[in-house]
Amino acid sequence: MREDKGIFYRIDWVVVGLYLTLVFIGWLNIYAAVYNDTHNQIADLSQKYGKQMIFILAAILLAMGILIIDPKFFSQFAWFIYGFFLFMLVIVIFSGREVAGSKGWFAIGGFGIQPAEFAKMATVLALAKYLGTLDVSLAKFRSLVIASAIILVPALVVFLQHDTGSAIVFLTLVIVLYRAGLTGFVPLAFIVLPVLGILALVLPKVVLVAVLLMAAGGFYFFSNRKLRTNLLIIAAFMGALGFVFSVDYSVNHILEPHQRNRIHVLLGQDVDLRGAGYNVNQSLIAIGSGKFFGKGFLQGTQTKYNFVPEQSTDFIFCTVGEEWGFLGSAVLVILYMGLFIRLILMAERQRSRFSRLYGYGVASILFFHFAINIGMTLGLVPVIGIPLPYVSYGGSSLWAFTVLLFIFIRQDSYHYELV
Amino acid sequence: MERIYADRKYIIIGFFLLIGIVYLARLFYVQILVDKYILSANNNVLRYVTQYPARGLVFDRNGKLLVYNEAAYDLMVIPRQVKNPDTMALCHLLGIDREEFLNRMEKASSYSTYRPSIFEAQITRDNYGFLEEKLFLFPGFYVQSRTLRKYTYKVAAHSFGYIGEASPEVIEKNSYYRPGDYIGINGIEKSYEDILRGKKGMKIRVFDVLNRDKGSFRDGRYDTTSVAGTNLYSSIDAELQEYGELLMTNKKGSIVAIEPQTGEILCIITSPSYDPNLLAGNIRRKNYTKLLQDTVYMPLFNRALMAMYPPGSTFKLVDALVGQQEGVLFPETRYGCQGGFPLGNGKKVGCHPHPSPLDLVGAIQISCNAYFCRVFKSIIDKSSYSSTRQAYESWRKEVMSFGFGKKLGIDIPGELNGNIPSPSYYDKYHGLNRWRSMTIISLAIGQGEIGITPMQLANQAALISNRGWYYTPHVIRAIGRKDSLNEAYNVKHKVLVDERYFEVVIEGMADVVTGGTGRVAQLDSIVICGKTGTAQNPHGKNHSLFIAFAPRNNAKIAISVVVENAGTGALWAAPIASLMIEKYLNRTVKRKELEERMVSGNLINGKQPESERGQGNILPD
Ligand SMILES: [Zn+2]
Repeated sequence: MREDKGIFYRIDWVVVGLYLTLVFIGWLNIYAAVYNDTHNQIADLSQKYGKQMIFILAAILLAMGILIIDPKFFSQFAWFIYGFFLFMLVIVIFSGREVAGSKGWFAIGGFGIQPAEFAKMATVLALAKYLGTLDVSLAKFRSLVIASAIILVPALVVFLQHDTGSAIVFLTLVIVLYRAGLTGFVPLAFIVLPVLGILALVLPKVVLVAVLLMAAGGFYFFSNRKLRTNLLIIAAFMGALGFVFSVDYSVNHILEPHQRNRIHVLLGQDVDLRGAGYNVNQSLIAIGSGKFFGKGFLQGTQTKYNFVPEQSTDFIFCTVGEEWGFLGSAVLVILYMGLFIRLILMAERQRSRFSRLYGYGVASILFFHFAINIGMTLGLVPVIGIPLPYVSYGGSSLWAFTVLLFIFIRQDSYHYELV
Repeated sequence: MERIYADRKYIIIGFFLLIGIVYLARLFYVQILVDKYILSANNNVLRYVTQYPARGLVFDRNGKLLVYNEAAYDLMVIPRQVKNPDTMALCHLLGIDREEFLNRMEKASSYSTYRPSIFEAQITRDNYGFLEEKLFLFPGFYVQSRTLRKYTYKVAAHSFGYIGEASPEVIEKNSYYRPGDYIGINGIEKSYEDILRGKKGMKIRVFDVLNRDKGSFRDGRYDTTSVAGTNLYSSIDAELQEYGELLMTNKKGSIVAIEPQTGEILCIITSPSYDPNLLAGNIRRKNYTKLLQDTVYMPLFNRALMAMYPPGSTFKLVDALVGQQEGVLFPETRYGCQGGFPLGNGKKVGCHPHPSPLDLVGAIQISCNAYFCRVFKSIIDKSSYSSTRQAYESWRKEVMSFGFGKKLGIDIPGELNGNIPSPSYYDKYHGLNRWRSMTIISLAIGQGEIGITPMQLANQAALISNRGWYYTPHVIRAIGRKDSLNEAYNVKHKVLVDERYFEVVIEGMADVVTGGTGRVAQLDSIVICGKTGTAQNPHGKNHSLFIAFAPRNNAKIAISVVVENAGTGALWAAPIASLMIEKYLNRTVKRKELEERMVSGNLINGKQPESERGQGNILPD
């Protein structure tokens, strides 16, 4: 009876519309990024835009496939899917091939498949499944440990594949934990610590210690002066102090030189224009030269002459900035904002805790990719090679983000079915 | 209980929006507010212009400049920026036809349409003048300054080697090199590449669509300057090298001279050779092919390092030394010779007529085959060894300590190992352990499978003059500072023969020149110690060999001379060696008649030379 109306009737067309728009913008800019006079057939399979077209068609088939699967399947098989991709992550370390210094690729036919991309989806499923269980509460220590382990285990495995960027993405799921009741101090720490870390590298130690002392003094002055509070302030102060010095130490002694360079470049302490600074500087020049209206489709020169590296993947936003100007860039940012807010509103209207938290997981993962990728091209965030969802070139990431989103769209359509 | 967290959605949405607004603000700042990142309203582009450093210079041992640089220019093209070029005008300037122009454009485009490719390499300063005036007519083309290798003396081409564009394989392996960069391909240019090349710099310049240089990017703040290459001080004596090449005119062969006390190579002559300037600049490719295709003269073949000869009688010196070390030969040991050494099956290793019996000095002086066959046999059949194989292995080890049978490790690429046959070789040839001293007796007189390079022969002369040790021969004595030392070559190699066994051998070598097979090499003022040799050549006339050093004590020069298809060692190799020694030690040559005879001798395609007939006073060896 409910089947009669068809599932396409009940899916959230706003999100699907945003999805398709982003995918189309992506293809257009990949075309522009690799465009040259000799190859300009849009379906030329030797060129990236030709391949991306195939990737998109496959992604749409994949999306439709997910929409006809019973939504309960995903919550029922969440653990299985999680286990499967965890297994794949481990396998790929031993049998995968290396692409750009990262080992996490399977070669299937002519394409590379990166299990790490799909592992994000699997982790969100497992996390939502676990937190959706009735007797789980993040107020309990045991639940907190298990929830953290669900996130950290795949993150660690991906980290071992030398894919630091993708590993960090998992940490964004703290937003899901926060929504599920985790104390606000943890996500706060996720924001405060990086700031403190940057200050640790920029400011002289003496100044920083003085600032921390003053902050502690301020807290003490306004506090209720109970022993417990005082101890807390002292602990926080010592913790911050320890953190500052360990950041300094690890950047100078533990990080690999190229990672250290990226950080120094970001902090404006290095101007190595052929190395790490080159990418960011070229990226800013390309975006800056777009001005308000942009140079127009296919008219970019900075991106055209390949001054910007990895321009169809990690630096695709440069092409947008150069050819479509502030206007086009702002539209793209706003489209993403619309997608994120829409996803959260959708999540809130879910009846099951599983689908609500899954929705939050989707929003967090997509948001983090957006924030890091565009932040990097704008020189606000260190150069971490992660793709811009739906826009960057690449089959693996497009398919994984499509699956991630459409599982949620499917869950959401189900919420009508229950009415 | 879960509902209480529902308002956290506002905090999360708020956080997302905050980041979105920060990014919009940043975009506004980068794209509209500041023009720090905007080059201009035009389609200006940045061009990274590589600053190529001058390669290091090379000087000879007397401070004369051997290799230097001259300014040259590469015409570069960026295919995408080429707009309606006046093809004919450009072709006219470069002296190419339309087809060639299109060819080159095609090649450049297939490499990259937006990266520069070399369109015409190494344009000389004179031709550049014409081009520069007209360059503004051809958008997409620009000129990159480079340097061109130049050689003051037209000699030692093989030792210098040459440079050329780095190959795709090199670029793949070594991130320093980019397409169009030059790299040493042979000779010292290759072995000292890292030192000679210096460090590239980078200038970032702003160009507008009309290919006009709008100045440096942000006042050159990001430019890096290039660092010139380090100079090399060669041990080559340019005059000696030049003289040696003169003597080898119209002959195939080589001359290698070494300063024994340091291992410094004074000259390496390989003949026929070529003018090193032929392989510099844009004429290289054409000339290289031409030289490569010359299969008669094979001018690219470095005989001094890459040719291997049976050493003939020069190897008797090694027999004499190893025999004494093994305790089977003493200076007083006398062997008779009745026209040779009988092999037992009616055959014999022949010998020329001479007084008999002889002691060791006499045997070296006269170069008696029978004597050294007996010495060799007594080593291999020595009773303290349990088998022929064991004796041979011990012999081989001692012989290889002379630097034979393996690369010496000199600083010019391409050296051959030479060959001292391994026991397994004889196993294969005769069956496992089915060979005896008599089977391999030809080794005694430096014939058979044994192969030694002219460089190894010269090193043999050097180590004998040193009484048992050598430094690895090398052509670069100092890097950067004239009085510094080339650290890579300060390891003293000890030969497995004690110092005390050398004097008697040297005595014999002195007698070779004063009254033996090498009398032609005699020089009034200086005692030359030498040894002739004749390498059997199954393809034609025997090769003439001579090794020598002088003076007898504290030798200043050790030398090997090989003249192919020239007969016995005394005919050509000995007089040439003697002239070289005279030239090096006295700086002038007084024996003009001998010099003239050597220079004019044409052993490649000439008639039978004069000296062949007037050889009454020359003994065979
Ligand atoms: Zn004899």
